[in-house]
Amino acid sequence: MKPTTALALAGRLAALAALAGALAGCAPIEPWVKPYERERLADPIMQFQRDALAERHRDHVFTVREGARGATGVQGGGCGCN
Amino acid sequence: MDVTRGSHAPSRSLPPEGARAADRPSRIRARRLVRAVLRLLGLGGLFGGIAGGAHAVDLPPDHAEAMIHIYDGGGVTASGPALLVRKNIANKVSLAATYYVDMVSNASIDVVTTASPYRETRQQLDISADYAVRDSLIRVSASNGQEPDYTATTWGVDVSQELLEGLTTVSLGFTQGRDQVGQKGLPGYFDHAQHWQYRLGLTQIISPRWLASANIEALADEGFLGSPYRAARAFGALVPERNPRTRSGRALKLRALGDVSGLFGWMGAARQAVRAEYRYYWDNWAIKAHTLELGYSRYFGDAWLADALVRFNQQSAALFYSDNASTETLYVSRNRQLSAFNSIGLGGKLSYTWKKVPGQYDIKVHGSYEFVRFDYQDFTDLRTGQPYAFNGHVLQLYVTANF
Repeated sequence: MKPTTALALAGRLAALAALAGALAGCAPIEPWVKPYERERLADPIMQFQRDALAERHRDHVFTVREGARGATGVQGGGCGCN
Repeated sequence: MDVTRGSHAPSRSLPPEGARAADRPSRIRARRLVRAVLRLLGLGGLFGGIAGGAHAVDLPPDHAEAMIHIYDGGGVTASGPALLVRKNIANKVSLAATYYVDMVSNASIDVVTTASPYRETRQQLDISADYAVRDSLIRVSASNGQEPDYTATTWGVDVSQELLEGLTTVSLGFTQGRDQVGQKGLPGYFDHAQHWQYRLGLTQIISPRWLASANIEALADEGFLGSPYRAARAFGALVPERNPRTRSGRALKLRALGDVSGLFGWMGAARQAVRAEYRYYWDNWAIKAHTLELGYSRYFGDAWLADALVRFNQQSAALFYSDNASTETLYVSRNRQLSAFNSIGLGGKLSYTWKKVPGQYDIKVHGSYEFVRFDYQDFTDLRTGQPYAFNGHVLQLYVTANF
């Protein structure tokens, strides 16, 4: 191993150790929105995807016509149709 | 996953297990039956606490959907029914089944300029089981799609974990699919395709009014990734398309959703929400795509809910895409899906709560319509010699029930 590579590796390890130490020293994170404050979030209009079949149909319409796909949060099987 | 449906959400919290059991003796019989079945199957140890143990995350509620869907645009009409039923078993496992039918009448520009219009039907069956354990939800799913010349089978696993009393939800998922590819006029299947999807998601409650999420997905494909019917164009002549047999893509999606009720006087007192979504997709075929969607939801009284959305999509072409290739290359395709184009969509949805008995069931009726305009920058309509463009219409009529 070249000295410069070893030095870089040691530097990264030291940084990682410092980060781990800093995180270990942090106080536990307290939920900043309490359960009793989530009434608004429980309403159906606060769902990213409300009706599974409708979301899936819409996702299918675009997936078979566009080059992009994935990361939609809609689960579905493969299909070769156009 | 819906982070607001954890047991910490006030509106969805369940009564104590003992109270439920006392109220419903049939639940005791159901639990005994489930235990007996699991013992018979040798799964008693794995699901030992299936009926008695407390858990922090809720399963999806019992639910049913029935839909008629229609897509019409660019010479293609695809329509059919779809059904979904979800039912909890002993409040620990949620089983779901979906049946989806697409009846396709295809006279698209590819078909009318290089082949003959056709009709076919695609059917797809999906099943899934969700299992809740403490703050985790585990989903195992499988699907099978059948067309006259194509079959697709997939299976997948998804795990989501709630952290910080439901403030944060982390999800991991994997899907693998295997397709068999055939061609009309030829017996059996002549090739195959395989697909892998790996996904990671984070949903975060930002404040009592705002949610945000980030999802990333890696996709890989291998096998026959084109169409046996589609033709490419080289030196003005139609030739069979030639696609690479591997493809690797990545998608990153960022979303934010906020309750804006009562924030501004001019918006009125009705409950309302806004959302923004952006997806960036890129792959080793050199396609890069940006998709932006903005939405607005608003109640009108207790029974009516209206949604509006606008969607913009823009993508670049695949390396081997050519409207009319002028050099000899290993791969060549004239698949519009791989070309450079823009699309814009404008849609609306109305939902009406037909019946509602709080704590027992509700039935809602929905209707949605979306107009989509596709403008291709490098795909010539061979009938006119002009760049191709078309309008699409997406219609959904459906009924949902929670029970």
